Amino acid sequence: MTLVLDVRDATKVYGAGETAVHALRGVSLQVEPGDYVAVMGASGSGKSTLMNIIGCLDVPTAGEFHLDGVDVGGLDDRQQAVVRNRKIGFVFQSFNLIPRMSALTNVELPLAYGGVRPAERRRRALAALDLVGLADRVNHQPNELSGGQQQRVAIARALVTSPALLLADEPTGALDSSSTLDVLGIFDRLSAAGRTIVVITHEPDVAEHAKRVIRLRDGQVVEDTRLAPVDGLPPRLGEVTA
Amino acid sequence: MSAVEIVRFAVRGLAANKMRSALTTLGILIGVAAVILLVAVGEGSSQSIQKNIAQLGANTLTVSSSTSGGFSRGQEATGPRTQARPLTVDDARALADRAAAPSVASVSPVVSANAQTASYEGASHAIQQVVGTYPSYFEASNKPVAKGAYFFNDDVLAARKVVVIGQTVAENLFGPVDPVGRQVTITGVPFTVVGVLKEAGSSSGFQDADDVAIAPLPSVQQSLTGFGPLSQILVKAESADAVDAAQAEITSVLDQRHGVGGAVAADYQILNQATLQETVSAATSTFTVLLAAVAAISLLVGGIGITNIMLVTVTERTREIGIRKAIGAPRGAILGQFLVEATLLSLIGGLLGVAIAVAGAQFTIAGITPVVVPGSVVLALGVSVAIGLFFGSYPANRAAKLRPIEALRFE
Repeated sequence: MTLVLDVRDATKVYGAGETAVHALRGVSLQVEPGDYVAVMGASGSGKSTLMNIIGCLDVPTAGEFHLDGVDVGGLDDRQQAVVRNRKIGFVFQSFNLIPRMSALTNVELPLAYGGVRPAERRRRALAALDLVGLADRVNHQPNELSGGQQQRVAIARALVTSPALLLADEPTGALDSSSTLDVLGIFDRLSAAGRTIVVITHEPDVAEHAKRVIRLRDGQVVEDTRLAPVDGLPPRLGEVTA
Repeated sequence: MSAVEIVRFAVRGLAANKMRSALTTLGILIGVAAVILLVAVGEGSSQSIQKNIAQLGANTLTVSSSTSGGFSRGQEATGPRTQARPLTVDDARALADRAAAPSVASVSPVVSANAQTASYEGASHAIQQVVGTYPSYFEASNKPVAKGAYFFNDDVLAARKVVVIGQTVAENLFGPVDPVGRQVTITGVPFTVVGVLKEAGSSSGFQDADDVAIAPLPSVQQSLTGFGPLSQILVKAESADAVDAAQAEITSVLDQRHGVGGAVAADYQILNQATLQETVSAATSTFTVLLAAVAAISLLVGGIGITNIMLVTVTERTREIGIRKAIGAPRGAILGQFLVEATLLSLIGGLLGVAIAVAGAQFTIAGITPVVVPGSVVLALGVSVAIGLFFGSYPANRAAKLRPIEALRFE
């Protein structure tokens, strides 16, 4: 079975000489398909750097990184764009929807860059919005939606390309508690449906939903705890939906 | 990612900031309209001047007396020369000699009197120019009659008081009445109108080519100018090819008769239609180029406006660019979007500019009817699109080169 994520001994150094900052000091991480991983750590622990590398937004200074069997290190700019488009779905803390574009158009955007035909695009975007419970808000612009709704649009946008990996960076960091529960519930259901999810967070509440929790400190993995089996259900699924 | 998609994104981007887009477009609009309109004005003035020159008659040479001739210039550099001989009817006769001047087709001695008051019944009108000449003048100076007839050699010999009048004169004096056969009084002397000239149409600046009256030479001399020197001699050459030969023959005949040669400079000058035309067209094309250059600068300024606004747009939308890149937009799509935005701005500005210039060219500007040159429209449009591509490429490149993490971090 191909690993969705295979990071081997990745290091990342910003700057050089005496002022060099070692954000990652040899991180190895393997994620199997269907897993739901929470990456935890205080700020400065290197979790954002790891997220950028996993998301193909940055390259490690040393070490190897395979995403869904593809060696990302050897890709050029254009191929990286394709990998980001097809293999990764991003969910950001600050939603990052494009203003002045309807929810539907926002969700269609990755498909447009992926070269999907308009009719097919619309069908898949509507399905993704339906999945996150926003079928009745498709024509609203981001500024007409609540934070929780915006984050759900962002999740729909991340899912619409059926990526190998759903990568979320503090997805609940800007949300109130009820919206947080909504979003985590969606993640639980997606995980139950077999999606591979990596969530970067510093909140233990969020991490409790994952099947596996990884703790980073000073650029190294210091803890790797499994809460539920890879092919099982996420531990808190019942509670949230109940 | 199809081209249509990129254009749609670009249009959406422009529509997001309508005021800014409109003002940027305005810069290009003004530039393009200025180029087309100013070139049209230049072309219009050039054409009207050429037409006026052509009206003087084809293949003609105008001989007039000159005050700068006479003895050597060193001796009499200032003041009119005293020894200059005026042009006379005898000079004209000599030029008509087939043996001495075989290239000359016809010779018309001309006297003219300016601002002569003519009246008919109650109406009165100051005729700008009353010309006394021979019948050959009509053909040489390209003045056909619309009504009635010319006067004839007989009329000249008998010094009959007959006159052919221009349209302006006919309208001012007679109104709707047919002037042919009626009598007008020019400065107290009665003349019978035998014909009306065809409308010349254009007026060269302040001179109305239709405000003339043409009568036999001796009649005008008797009643208006006196038997002094001729104002000019109009010579028509056998053909266009013979114009230069005719000029040489005239020069030799007149040099001999006026004792010109050696230290004595010519006391007459010959105006050659073709030379005049060349000189004038060279001058007007310089004028047109100058106008176009001034207008081109405004087009350039408009282009810089596009760069400026696109740079602002790219900076303002850095985060959006980061998002697009994070969800898999290839560099080409981002580059394309911003390049198309810039090009659309300039293309829309260009098209509107053409529309405004064409509309503006329907009006008379500073007494000149502008003539839109199709080449200038194509050029201005092409340049405006090129400006969009050129001036948009720097900001678009900057957008495409943004690194997604940095762009996403941008606030």
